[in-house]
Amino acid sequence: MPKKDKKFTTVSIPTPLFKKVQERIKGTGFTSVSSYVTYVLREIVAEEEEEEGEPFSKEDEERVKERLRALGYLG
Amino acid sequence: MPKPHGGKLVNREIPEREKERLLEQVGELSTININEGLAKDVENIARGVFSPLEGFLLEEDYHSVLDEKRLANDLPWTLPIVLDIPNNFEVRAGDTITLSYEKGTLALMRVEDVYKYDKREFAQKVYGTLDAKHPGVAKVNSMGERLLGGKIDLITEMKTPFSKYNLKPVETRILFKEKGWRTIVGFQTRNAPHLGHEYVQKTALTFVDGVFINPVIGKKKTGDFRDEVILEAYNALIKHYYLKDRAVISILPFEMRYAGPREAIFHAIVRKNFGCTHFIVGRDHAGVGDFYPPYAAQDIFDEFPDLGIIPLFFKAFYYCKKCGGVVNEKTCPHGEEQHIKFSGTKIREMLIKGQRPPEEMMRPEVADIILRFRNPFVGET
Repeated sequence: MPKKDKKFTTVSIPTPLFKKVQERIKGTGFTSVSSYVTYVLREIVAEEEEEEGEPFSKEDEERVKERLRALGYLG
Repeated sequence: MPKPHGGKLVNREIPEREKERLLEQVGELSTININEGLAKDVENIARGVFSPLEGFLLEEDYHSVLDEKRLANDLPWTLPIVLDIPNNFEVRAGDTITLSYEKGTLALMRVEDVYKYDKREFAQKVYGTLDAKHPGVAKVNSMGERLLGGKIDLITEMKTPFSKYNLKPVETRILFKEKGWRTIVGFQTRNAPHLGHEYVQKTALTFVDGVFINPVIGKKKTGDFRDEVILEAYNALIKHYYLKDRAVISILPFEMRYAGPREAIFHAIVRKNFGCTHFIVGRDHAGVGDFYPPYAAQDIFDEFPDLGIIPLFFKAFYYCKKCGGVVNEKTCPHGEEQHIKFSGTKIREMLIKGQRPPEEMMRPEVADIILRFRNPFVGET
């Protein structure tokens, strides 16, 4: 059965920073500097993506409100 | 309110004006009859409950979910939402087929991928076991040998006796906005509420604007509460013990996988799509038997700093006679002799005998509603 290769690439970070992270993750659940850096980057990227915004139009909103009133969810 | 998972709320419901034209074409297409669980998956995809999925997983996503607990684009996703097909069904990538449920056309599917998969790998990675006593493993073992990936378009909604309670994510989001809620905690349940459930919800509610009670409706095990009993019991609880403007109840038609930790993440993602900012995770969430350690479903959240919904973890809780209320190991200094545990088995036994459980376990108004049903449990005659 064909199985896709894992998608990883290499990112360079300063050696002193690498060593600091190596020390920091000792005794934690992180098994490597890569897993720690991945974790931190995912957290940062997700925060940036989670900005406020409505995933529906004004038109949708009015139609839905009418249905919610009919169902008794809104007074 | 958080963005939907992946940033966009999916809507793959065919507009009314296009349905007739599409239904005329379906006679020429190959058809797969799907079961209730798959039909619910189709509807959940179409309504945006499973956003960002627009269809059943392609092979690349399938392997990524199994191996990384993420879609191929790195977005957290822990349960493979897949469509297996009968072994003799002829289909190729590029075909359009119809998905039929109970002799009616449910949806169209544009097939992008037809692939084989390893059932043992599926079971081991998703359920952590190959034991056929696990209902998820048994299900995988009964599936066809190939999976289809591709987008779906819902033509006909499934019939449900609970349509009044069947809100879509776009509807709950607008409802929460209208209520002025900025923070909402989601609560997953398969049970009629006892005092412990109420305690957990209200503890969470202390810190947020509203609670979204979202019972899973669908296939149940013998001895489980019937769907209508769960809904009526919650209505009674909300009526007598909640502020009307702080609680909303709506159903989630979905077939439980009992995948424990992986399913806890999935449940959180679904509630994020409904607009929740927080999600309650208790002891042995989505577990079955003793397949998972009691708090594995809480520990797994450490792997997902990018989930976009905040889990609220609760330990086991019980009533303390000395404290005079619901407590847990962090809040009560008294010994076990003072504690009354919320035993589902014990509550069920009493209700079957027509007895009202003590008020330290279940609100009398809730118990009375349940006792009005002739058969409150699945499989009772």
